[in-house]
Amino acid sequence: MIKLLYRRLMQAIFVAWSVGSLTFLLMHLLPGDFAYRIAAGRYGYDHVTQAAADAVRLELGLDRPIWQQYFAWLGDLLQFNFGNSLVSGAPVLQEIDHQLGHSLQLALYAVVISLLIAVPVGIYCGKRANSVADRFGLFTSVMLRAQPVFVIGLLLVLTLAMNIGWLPVAGFGGSQYLILPAIALSLSLAALSNRIIRNNTHQVMHSSYLQFARLKGLSEQQAFDRHAAPNIALPVIAFVGVQAVSLIEGIVMIESLFSWPGIGHALAHAIFGRDVPMIQATALMMGLLFVAINTAVDVIGYLLDPRQRQEVEYAEV
Amino acid sequence: MKRKTSLRIALLSLLSAMTAWLILTFDATDPAITLSIGGPFEFTSQEPSKDGFIYTRMQVAETLVKVEPDGTLTPGLASHWQESDDRLRWRFELREGVRFHDGTLMSADSVVQSLRAALTKPSMLHQANIVALSSDEEALLLTLAHPYRSLPALLAHYHSVILAPNSYDPDGNVHQLIGSGPYQIHAVKPPHKLVTRRFGDYWGPKAEIEYARYLTGHRAESRALQAQSNQADLIYTLDPASLEMLGRLQQVEIASESIPRTAMIKLNNGHPMLDTPEVRQAISLALDRTGMAEHVVRVPGSEAYQLFPPSLAAWHLAQPPQQQRDLAKAKALLADQGWQADDEGLLWRDGVPFALPLVTYADRPELTVIATAIQAQLREVGIQLTVVVDNSSAIPAGHHDGSLAMALVARNYGVIADPLAVMLDDNASHHGSDWGHMNWSDPALNALLDTMTQSRDADEYHALAQQAALHYAEAMPVIPVVFYTQQIAIAQRLDNFQFDPFELNYRLSEMRFTPHD
Repeated sequence: MIKLLYRRLMQAIFVAWSVGSLTFLLMHLLPGDFAYRIAAGRYGYDHVTQAAADAVRLELGLDRPIWQQYFAWLGDLLQFNFGNSLVSGAPVLQEIDHQLGHSLQLALYAVVISLLIAVPVGIYCGKRANSVADRFGLFTSVMLRAQPVFVIGLLLVLTLAMNIGWLPVAGFGGSQYLILPAIALSLSLAALSNRIIRNNTHQVMHSSYLQFARLKGLSEQQAFDRHAAPNIALPVIAFVGVQAVSLIEGIVMIESLFSWPGIGHALAHAIFGRDVPMIQATALMMGLLFVAINTAVDVIGYLLDPRQRQEVEYAEV
Repeated sequence: MKRKTSLRIALLSLLSAMTAWLILTFDATDPAITLSIGGPFEFTSQEPSKDGFIYTRMQVAETLVKVEPDGTLTPGLASHWQESDDRLRWRFELREGVRFHDGTLMSADSVVQSLRAALTKPSMLHQANIVALSSDEEALLLTLAHPYRSLPALLAHYHSVILAPNSYDPDGNVHQLIGSGPYQIHAVKPPHKLVTRRFGDYWGPKAEIEYARYLTGHRAESRALQAQSNQADLIYTLDPASLEMLGRLQQVEIASESIPRTAMIKLNNGHPMLDTPEVRQAISLALDRTGMAEHVVRVPGSEAYQLFPPSLAAWHLAQPPQQQRDLAKAKALLADQGWQADDEGLLWRDGVPFALPLVTYADRPELTVIATAIQAQLREVGIQLTVVVDNSSAIPAGHHDGSLAMALVARNYGVIADPLAVMLDDNASHHGSDWGHMNWSDPALNALLDTMTQSRDADEYHALAQQAALHYAEAMPVIPVVFYTQQIAIAQRLDNFQFDPFELNYRLSEMRFTPHD
């Protein structure tokens, strides 16, 4: 266990360095004058001239050789100093706190709602493979999955916000604004995860160990709870972990549709404005989040799966 | 079994905590006392040099001078002002009894402090070449290096807001914006939300509506739906596709207002293919502006045959010299310049084809579409354009190193209420300016602009502005294409909507809700 966490910590350090260096390099490879983009982000396009761009260049030392800028950033990173946003001037961590916080909130609700939908539907369909209900589940999942999440969001807005008027169309600052984007994302997630659960359930229900559990005298419910459920859960948890990561990175469409102040949108804007400290810190946070979610998935797997614990015990012996 | 129970308890606790959070954080804003505004504009800070626009629009911060929708300047925090005879010293008498939102009284010193802080930042104020800034008991005294007629217009810009001394940190940066307007900041969450509350000690007429809330909406479709569902009372910058849908609704009214922004072709007037007024006229005559207005930007009537839109009334010509497309005349003008069409209708002169790149940028999505329309229209007279979508920095860079031939840009002529400042900047040298014309000058125009800076008579100034605008429309050192229009959705319950084409003030304090029957 300790070994696993140590390995993940090393991985986190490597991710921090490589993500930061890669974003630094990629930003400098993008076309367009760096100082000019920053000036536009700061003062607006109506106030951007060569003179304003030159002032920004001088202020931020953008005329220094790239390697000098790179080592200055690396030195700051070692001291956990992420710097200030080149556009707003506010500390980067403060901005990320606001935006990543909103993204995590949305992601958490989306994942939990998706599981509330996918687990019962998946198990029900898995137990009754190829029934009418299973086919209907497949059809609905394919239909939902085939839509961009943006379209699902728009349909929800048209029905729940426009026609019935229960929820606001867009915005943030109260829980009522969270519900529609979270449901839109969760439907898209559940469309896939319910099929994974369904397939696993189907496989486990026909496994020899479950049949053996029944043969040794356990009731159907007992056999399912003790032998089927953990086996269904393991791959599903790994899959949900992957979904959660892609969710945090990929909800930019939903964020912009619902005017939700998330990290995806912040990252896109930071790239337009060449706000390097903001991009590096955001990418870094996402990389670390990836490691953290993977670690959590590993730990849950370890706790749920006696085989993994045994493996470690044997290795220690 | 034990593990199963604890797992269940953990899951149930998580679900209960999440449900409790949903209930506890429900936003109970009362729409009956809150004016909701939506627009695409993001703001990142409370610093006036960067994001002052949102604070003047929401009437939190005020300036010494105000701009009326027709461009006239009226007293704001300064009750009146005067110039010395040598036109270098200005005196702005300050309004008495103005209180900032922290309860302190505005003094001449606080005004000086605000403007000094503005001068340490990139600011429109630098244009005036201010050499000294001081105050006496009740007035602000400014000394300039050269006479500068548009100083009051600069002082009306959001860069020049007057803030309470407590707004500034020791380095002169605004850490907490404390203004003097009819609304004070209630909650600020950059880059998306600003909530303001009525300020009870405002020096002028108090605001009618208690709260105002601005929310950035990135997608035009979402903003339109907010208007449609009555979630917002005012939605700025609607897209053409939503206009038709909103126009059919009873609960929403649409206002189409001219703003002083023009999409135009910036030309290198020193380029061997573009260096005669006749060629530029021919290009202008070949453009189907009406087609672009109706089918590309989808605002009929927004075609631009002159630089200055109707919102800049003094500079807008009632009858510009060219008023429609004329392909035959365009072809004749090009033939006179030695351009001969080949079998495919493409123009050649001395073995060189009339082929040029047209640079534009993607920050304004409509520009790339307009650029391709221009490409197709100029092809009809035999000019081959290659549309290059680049970073916006490519245009000033190309201007400075001389490599630019043609570019499609959108330019705001109403950055300050009087475009004279922009015109003077553009014409300061033959080289031109980053977003204005390039390699062109006209001594007669320069003399005219010079006379305007001296003029103290409003009627004379208006006549001179019209002459200057005519010079531009005839010589076409840049070729105007379409004017921009601000489309706003207004909820039926909102009364007394006012529009400021300079987009410095949403004038919310004058609006009110229609009482229910």
